Amino acid sequence: MVESLKEENNSSAFASNMEPIVEYKNVHKSFGDVEVLKGLDLNIFPGEKVALIGPSGSGKTTIIRMLMTLEQPTSGEIIVDGKNLWHMEKNGKLVPANEKHLREVRGDIGMVFQHFNLFPHMTILQNCMTAPIQVQKEDKEGAKKRSIEMLEKVGLGDKLDNYPSQLSGGQKQRVAMARALVMRPKIMLFDEVTSALDPELVGEVLEVIRDIAEEGEMAMVLVTHEMDFALEVADRVIFLDDGVIAEEGSPREVLEESDNERLQQFLYRFRS
Amino acid sequence: MINALIEVFPVLMKGINITITVFILSAIFSYLFAFIAGLCRVSNNKYVRGSTSVYVEIFRGTSLIVQLFWLYYAIPMLFDVGIDNRLMAGVLAISLNYGAYMSEIVRGSILAVDKGQTEASIALNLSRAQRMRIVIFPQALRMMLPEFGNYLIQILKATSLVSLIGMTDILYHGNILRSTNLSAAPTVYLLLLVFYFIMALPLIFLTRKGEQISKRGVAS
Repeated sequence: MVESLKEENNSSAFASNMEPIVEYKNVHKSFGDVEVLKGLDLNIFPGEKVALIGPSGSGKTTIIRMLMTLEQPTSGEIIVDGKNLWHMEKNGKLVPANEKHLREVRGDIGMVFQHFNLFPHMTILQNCMTAPIQVQKEDKEGAKKRSIEMLEKVGLGDKLDNYPSQLSGGQKQRVAMARALVMRPKIMLFDEVTSALDPELVGEVLEVIRDIAEEGEMAMVLVTHEMDFALEVADRVIFLDDGVIAEEGSPREVLEESDNERLQQFLYRFRS
Repeated sequence: MINALIEVFPVLMKGINITITVFILSAIFSYLFAFIAGLCRVSNNKYVRGSTSVYVEIFRGTSLIVQLFWLYYAIPMLFDVGIDNRLMAGVLAISLNYGAYMSEIVRGSILAVDKGQTEASIALNLSRAQRMRIVIFPQALRMMLPEFGNYLIQILKATSLVSLIGMTDILYHGNILRSTNLSAAPTVYLLLLVFYFIMALPLIFLTRKGEQISKRGVAS
């Protein structure tokens, strides 16, 4: 019953006849004795922008880290584009995925991190070019051309030969986005990408995300504390609390109209 | 004194070739063993990890001179085949020993690279080998440089041990001279110190250089 209600909510802006690009099926995740996700069911549709909000420790970052294969679910399944992410079939049985399988399935997923994680020993351009050449076997010229275009798009066309240490936090984060976008992902994950930035640099990063969102083709999952931004960009907002989805719906429904008490408390702390 | 110096200097010079040859070969093989063992120590395969740590602990935990004697005297006797070549025995003993020490630097540096680097590489879908080759190792290498320089100097000084298996390095020639002319002892050993120190100078310089590169390269 609860299940079917969620399904309806899920499809707010996205037609229910559409196949989800990501499905979480009863996913649990524990770190030691602490269960951070307690049976997550969640569908994400192609092109959909989903904002995950919630208090720290509510499991929102874990959700996207499992999708990026940085964290393994304790139980449950994650299906990406019809393919089981953490399991593969072997002699008719489901067994834990090996590296080859993981690489096949996660190829359409990109991620931007809170702390940028740029490669400090490479120039900005090399940071962007490396993966298309190494992973997608693109020729060097093509990868270089596309990387430059992408860096120009995020406003860093004049920094190609700089090293990450020469950039501001906001610039680093824009490089990190260009680096992920060059791979042409179908799903982009943003893990609190403005949390490590000085307040005056947050705007330039959100600006880029807004631009990407407007292009529309990619599904985006944003773990964020920027409520106003979530309201503006997201098709759907999900409030996580204590390892479960406590509220979800359109940004207006969740951020302005919900009477969920925990959500009210959470939002109150942000707005005061 | 001046006369004594003039007498001793050319004698020691006869050994300089051997000292330098042993040093260069030992340095090359020490690094080689260090990289191989260091990478094995961070392998996913527990048997590879286990057998490598046995090697590292045995060679770190026992005396280099005894290892040298084992390689040159004991092993040939036990197994018939073996090392009758002094140079090979000397280089192998020093390299296995210092390779074991330096593998810990390789391992430590690889593990010291920020975990976010691995995560970013996974997010870009690089394979395990590509992650190590393109992202982790180049950063780890910068961290290794200063310590590697230090060990280079130690390897140079360790080459003097090969005189104990009869290799005619500078210490060997010095000892011969002293045994025929006891009063030359102070001059001989003073000059030996100077010899080692002068050879170590470029290595000290290299170490400084390594520290600078290391500082420049890693900060994000």
